[in-house]
Amino acid sequence: MTVPVLEVDRLVVDVLVEGEPRTVLHEVSLSLGEGEALGLVGESGSGKSMTARAVARLLPPGARTSGTIRYGGHDVRTLKGGALRDYRGDVALVFQDPRAHVNPVRRIGDFMTEALRTLHGVDKHTAAKRAAAALADVGIADGERRLEQYPHELSGGLLQRVVIATMLLTEPKLLLADEPTTALDVTTQAEVMAILDELRQERGMALLFITHDLDLAGAVCDRTAVMYAGQIVETRESAKLHEDPLHPYTAALVTARPAVDRAVDRLAAIPGRSVSAFEAPDGCPFAPRCPHAVDACHQERPPAEYVDGGLVRCIRADELRGRLAEEVAFHD
Amino acid sequence: MTIAASVLDGVRTRRRRVAGNTVVVWVCAAIVGLALLLAVFGPALAPHDPDAADLTYANVGPVAGHPLGFDSQGRDLLSRLLAGARTSMAGPALVVVLAMAGGTVLAVVSAWAGRWIDATLSAVMDVLFAFPAVLLAVLAAAVFGPGLTAPTLVLALAYTPYVARVLRGAALRERAQPYIAACEVQGLSAFTICLRHLVPNIAPMMAAQGTLLFGYAMVDFAAISFMGLGVQPPTSDWGVMVSTGQPGVLQGYPAESLTAGLCIVVVVVAVNLLGERLSQRSEGR
Amino acid sequence: MTAVAVRPAGHRSGRATGVARFVARRLVMLVATLFTSSFVIFGALYLAPGDAVSTLSGSRTLSPQAVAALREQYHLDDPFLARYFQWLGDTLLHGDLGTSITYREDVSSVIAARMGVTFQLVLYAALIIVVVGVGLGLLSGLRGGVVDTSILVVTTVFAAVPSFVAATVLLSAFAVGLGWFPAVGTGEGLAGTLWHLTLPAVALALASLAIVSRITRVAVRTELGREHVQTAISRGIPYPALVRRHVLRNASIPVTTVVGITIASLFGMSAVVEQTFGLGGLGSALVEASLARDVAVVQGVALVFVTAFVVVNTLVDVAYAVLDPRVKAGSRAS
Repeated sequence: MTVPVLEVDRLVVDVLVEGEPRTVLHEVSLSLGEGEALGLVGESGSGKSMTARAVARLLPPGARTSGTIRYGGHDVRTLKGGALRDYRGDVALVFQDPRAHVNPVRRIGDFMTEALRTLHGVDKHTAAKRAAAALADVGIADGERRLEQYPHELSGGLLQRVVIATMLLTEPKLLLADEPTTALDVTTQAEVMAILDELRQERGMALLFITHDLDLAGAVCDRTAVMYAGQIVETRESAKLHEDPLHPYTAALVTARPAVDRAVDRLAAIPGRSVSAFEAPDGCPFAPRCPHAVDACHQERPPAEYVDGGLVRCIRADELRGRLAEEVAFHD
Repeated sequence: MTIAASVLDGVRTRRRRVAGNTVVVWVCAAIVGLALLLAVFGPALAPHDPDAADLTYANVGPVAGHPLGFDSQGRDLLSRLLAGARTSMAGPALVVVLAMAGGTVLAVVSAWAGRWIDATLSAVMDVLFAFPAVLLAVLAAAVFGPGLTAPTLVLALAYTPYVARVLRGAALRERAQPYIAACEVQGLSAFTICLRHLVPNIAPMMAAQGTLLFGYAMVDFAAISFMGLGVQPPTSDWGVMVSTGQPGVLQGYPAESLTAGLCIVVVVVAVNLLGERLSQRSEGR
Repeated sequence: MTAVAVRPAGHRSGRATGVARFVARRLVMLVATLFTSSFVIFGALYLAPGDAVSTLSGSRTLSPQAVAALREQYHLDDPFLARYFQWLGDTLLHGDLGTSITYREDVSSVIAARMGVTFQLVLYAALIIVVVGVGLGLLSGLRGGVVDTSILVVTTVFAAVPSFVAATVLLSAFAVGLGWFPAVGTGEGLAGTLWHLTLPAVALALASLAIVSRITRVAVRTELGREHVQTAISRGIPYPALVRRHVLRNASIPVTTVVGITIASLFGMSAVVEQTFGLGGLGSALVEASLARDVAVVQGVALVFVTAFVVVNTLVDVAYAVLDPRVKAGSRAS
């Protein structure tokens, strides 16, 4: 693997909930090479968005972190002032709901060129030209007209493409995409994903792609990390995750996904309810819902272990390996 | 200062305020409770006859047995303030009761009936809303003559659209709840559903609105009495006392005006804070 | 290049049409409201117990000629609606609002003579509200900490101080006690006017500026917490630009609305302040006329006040439509 662009090591995050510190991320480790795409998959509350926020330095006020987030030789957690702004220029974010993330009272052109003009000193005319060109890159032909419009005049899919084009203007090295297609309808979803994938490959950006959709992550990303209760329980090559899962939770995710209709809640088949990190019991957080749990699973948190080129947090990973693969195969 | 730091500061102060808030709320509740007690028992508690004037004591400061001294007519100031509590709060209280009753009925009818009834009522409310309450009260006083009846009725009328607007929103949200539909399916009459289910469920918001409204009503009512169009002297009333003390203010004896003004401000501050707290609660924050 | 220049222009005019349609709608509402208000103001006279002549004369005993003149002037022998339209016609076409029985002159000249003071007072108070109220709110919302807490405490108290109490305190402290400002009357020239109107304007503005400050604070805080502000932070936009371009620009929408509504309501409250400071404006005329039951003057002044109130409120809505690009015709009414 190439030199990692981003390296997160045993990241722990506590946030304030009603004034009380609550752990939302527990020893999250991941790394992302140049031009590589990593999927981060989990249910809501599993901590996948919080991971992106920690990387982007957008944690809620009062949050405390430990561990390291390494980018370009610095620990992101300690960046300040100009260095922090430079870092933010290198890292771009695309969120789930473009409508909420674009200022509704400013024109599209203003939104797109804001960073170029305030940070890079590009003049208005040049900035507008580049914005229109960026819009063309994401398949929006009448860019000049769009620049004069307001966000509410654009559809959600169009606006998300505008956001993506905007992020590309500053030529970021790392793109964090937090469920960028969830709020869009199915056909638009496919278009937006195709654009993201194409741009990543063309420009050699690293992509951290956050989704609750295991298949979607597999389609776009080289590797996928599965999160549960604030921990990464398994990180593997995306293809292997489907055929040969190492963690029972991954296997459950694979079998729980409906074979034909994707709109159905795919996690309904896993017994019990998903928990957040601070609600997790002692031992393996998935143990109460796990069909393979033994007494030892309830005793202590499983450490992350290397198995077959991937990382897994399950004390029975080795003995279950074949059986989980059979379960998955039987489902398909 | 970075934005994160400023947001952080905001959160810190908010937390501190949450801790201090309960104390503030209790103090406010105590003040409002005391004011209500005074409204009932104030006249009986007055140590002297609030109307007994002795001009030899005009504008005399505190002496034994008269802790606040005397007003420009030589009447005991403390007694007048205590006696004035009732008139100062009874009128506004009646205004609130009337406006809340009218506003609630309009809001529920509007939300329940929907369609053209709702549209018509909303349009009428919008036009009524365009009338400043005090101006309407002055107009009424000009026509009916000074006194308590006209300002009470007129302020109630002027506040009704305000109440109706706020409660209509709450009633509409409640109307859309599945349990209301369930009641309808069971064949309960609209009146029964509104009375037994809808109104009790918007009651917290009504309590909050009523409390906030009482603050406005006290200020507006006192202003009307101050202008000489409401409560008439020599009846002791805080608004009237601020007005009758004016000559004293110019002569350097501001005690009557200032103590009466202070009474109004203290009660209104307490009522406002309590109302804000209630409305935060009713919105589930 | 021409295409680039022309198309946006075309689009801007599209938005302009939307705003124009919104303004047109508001103007129709304005006329409807004024019409209704004038009806209420006119009709109130006939709600009074007893006959209209005794109401119009303020229960004074009049000579038969004077009674006849009143009946003639108010067309009392005509049906009610005919009277209303006569009155409205006189008001609109001739500026004729009848004759005052206490001042013994045309109501329109009474109003004309007193209008200046009231509008100066309201303008001065409005200026204080905008500068001090919005200023404190921004400071409180952006700074946080001790500054925020102190401003919050002070504005909580100020918001509960009725203008006549504020007037009394200011009069007692700064006019009688310290002697810095005059207690009564209006001054000569700009400096004199400002000097005389400062205490009344502060008294009139006090509660409103507290409310405006609190609303501004909340608006700033709300905008700071919005997702699009997070986006801007994540893009590395510097703090001053962030505050100016996103927080202040967006917060200006609710703040403008509240400032406008607050200023509109100052007209009603001017009566109290004018009375305390002995200013011969419209407000004190309204109170004097009410006490003397001089109905024609009350009607005339009430009409001026309601018109000012409704016009300012309409202007607020128009400002809202201009500031917020999301406003389309009618979208705000519901």
